[in-house]
Amino acid sequence: MRLEIALALRYPGFTLELDETLDLAGITAVMGASGSGKSTLLRALAGLDTPQRARIVLDGALLADSAAGVNLPPHRRGVGYVFQDARLFTHRRVLGNLRFAQQRARPTNGTPAAALDEVIVALDLAPLLNRAVTGLSGGERQRVAIARALLGSPRLLLLDEPLSALDLKRKAELLPYIRALPARFGIPLIYVSHAVEEVAQLADEVLILSAGRVVARGEVHSVLERPEAEAVSGHFEAGALLDATVRASVDEFALTELDLSGQRLTLPRIDAAPGTPVRLRVRARDVAIALARVEGVSIRNQLQARVLRIDAESAGAYAEVLLELAGAPVQRLRARITRESVASLGLAAGQPLWALVKSVSFDRRELGGRDRNDG
Amino acid sequence: MNLDLGPVWLTLQLAAVAVVLLLLVGTPLAWWLAHTRSRAKPLIEAITALPLVLPPTVLGFYLLVLFAPGAPLGAAWLGLTGETLTFSFSGLVLASMLYSLPFVVQPLQGAFEAVGRGPLEAAAVLGARPLDVFFTVASPLAARGYLTAAVLGFAHTLGEFGVVLMVGGNIPGRTRVISIAIYEQVETLNFAAAHVLSAGLLAFSFAVLVLVYGLNRRFPVHAG
Repeated sequence: MRLEIALALRYPGFTLELDETLDLAGITAVMGASGSGKSTLLRALAGLDTPQRARIVLDGALLADSAAGVNLPPHRRGVGYVFQDARLFTHRRVLGNLRFAQQRARPTNGTPAAALDEVIVALDLAPLLNRAVTGLSGGERQRVAIARALLGSPRLLLLDEPLSALDLKRKAELLPYIRALPARFGIPLIYVSHAVEEVAQLADEVLILSAGRVVARGEVHSVLERPEAEAVSGHFEAGALLDATVRASVDEFALTELDLSGQRLTLPRIDAAPGTPVRLRVRARDVAIALARVEGVSIRNQLQARVLRIDAESAGAYAEVLLELAGAPVQRLRARITRESVASLGLAAGQPLWALVKSVSFDRRELGGRDRNDG
Repeated sequence: MNLDLGPVWLTLQLAAVAVVLLLLVGTPLAWWLAHTRSRAKPLIEAITALPLVLPPTVLGFYLLVLFAPGAPLGAAWLGLTGETLTFSFSGLVLASMLYSLPFVVQPLQGAFEAVGRGPLEAAAVLGARPLDVFFTVASPLAARGYLTAAVLGFAHTLGEFGVVLMVGGNIPGRTRVISIAIYEQVETLNFAAAHVLSAGLLAFSFAVLVLVYGLNRRFPVHAG
């Protein structure tokens, strides 16, 4: 689905200006630090704020064109919106909130109206239907908000930091639900977040905003490797994402063995069946480099790789080495080592070597299954 | 004791009609005040609040001038209905509406502000048209504001004296409301009847206020 956005929106002290054409499929993340214009962009797309200059075309339908005096109000845009604070209607119970959306859905949008039963199942809402919304936990609230947005049968669903108010456990519970939406309901998502971990787990494409402008854009693996991604949140550490598949469980040592484009990687045991795809995140500082496979060392995860590029700090002690896994050029790793190491090992682009991975962070959220909500 | 219940019925009628009309007029005004970014807002707010601070006789005096059959408003009304606005029930209703305006508009405005834009935007992105949003989201969430507005407007109209005296005079069955009746009983040294009416009004007003505050506690409407 094609989305053309050209807009300029000015507040005192802030300007959001972009001109992008996005081919929406799956989940597109919009990342940026607070104040970078992420929410402003979503609000303009939904018609909640009116930019000074705008031309927005979604799937051939003109939503706004300031030059032609067109500015569809939010209720005629067919764009769903999940707010950071859920914004459930407190005068209605959970089912009442869902019905509200269902009764106003406009299947003329080309998307067939989502069935109430299906949405209830997809977001596991059956036990909540008769509850008052004020009594729901934060995670439950967001599930209801997502379900409600889906029932409006939007062409496009916008999510504005829906997990930011939740603790880590609840976030982990909700991510699989969100991940599954585009395929299940045939709707592309635009997901706004400043949390790199969330974006890494969810997104297919990423767009990074900084001070109201797009500074990076592209496929999630490549964008998250870039320094712009690092700038989004101060505590974010450079790293890389790897896609792997569960191969087997090693019960004796409570490990799970993964297949990483033909190479073997082990993790502390995760609860997943063989064949399950998982996404791993490896921080650059957790990767060491050896010219040959190292024996007599505690690090078990040693991956064959090749140097793609070396970015050395001009004044500092460190260099970042970008690696591609042997036999899998799209699987990349970053290693943060000293410049002295680069020199003494004689590293250069194209050189084959071994990447020693000290630690891998993994989220069970990618499993596609989920824990029962105890909220 | 010569007790005439006519003024009681007349007063209840007056208050009921005035409050219903005030809710109809006050709701759009309160909505506008709650949501506008217009620079005229403080001005309109001040005008709305004027009856709170003006002596009722001042308000009554100007209304009397406006309502006079020779004045444009009075003449238009006379031409339209064949009845004068002065010394008539219609005139009292109109005067009461102005007099009780802040008691209806302010609670409504507060309620709409408390609901905020959040739920309205949420409804709009779900495909609800503006009027739909108003009736199915904003108004239910502001229900407590409506209740407060109706009760306060009603109770305040019950107790008015100065405006009525100026605009309506003291015509039994048409403009003699409770407060005027009490005044007359006192003037004629008929204290027993004055007591009955006064105590009745006191008890009723107290009961109404207890009801408002009680309902406010019992019906917590969480907005947002």
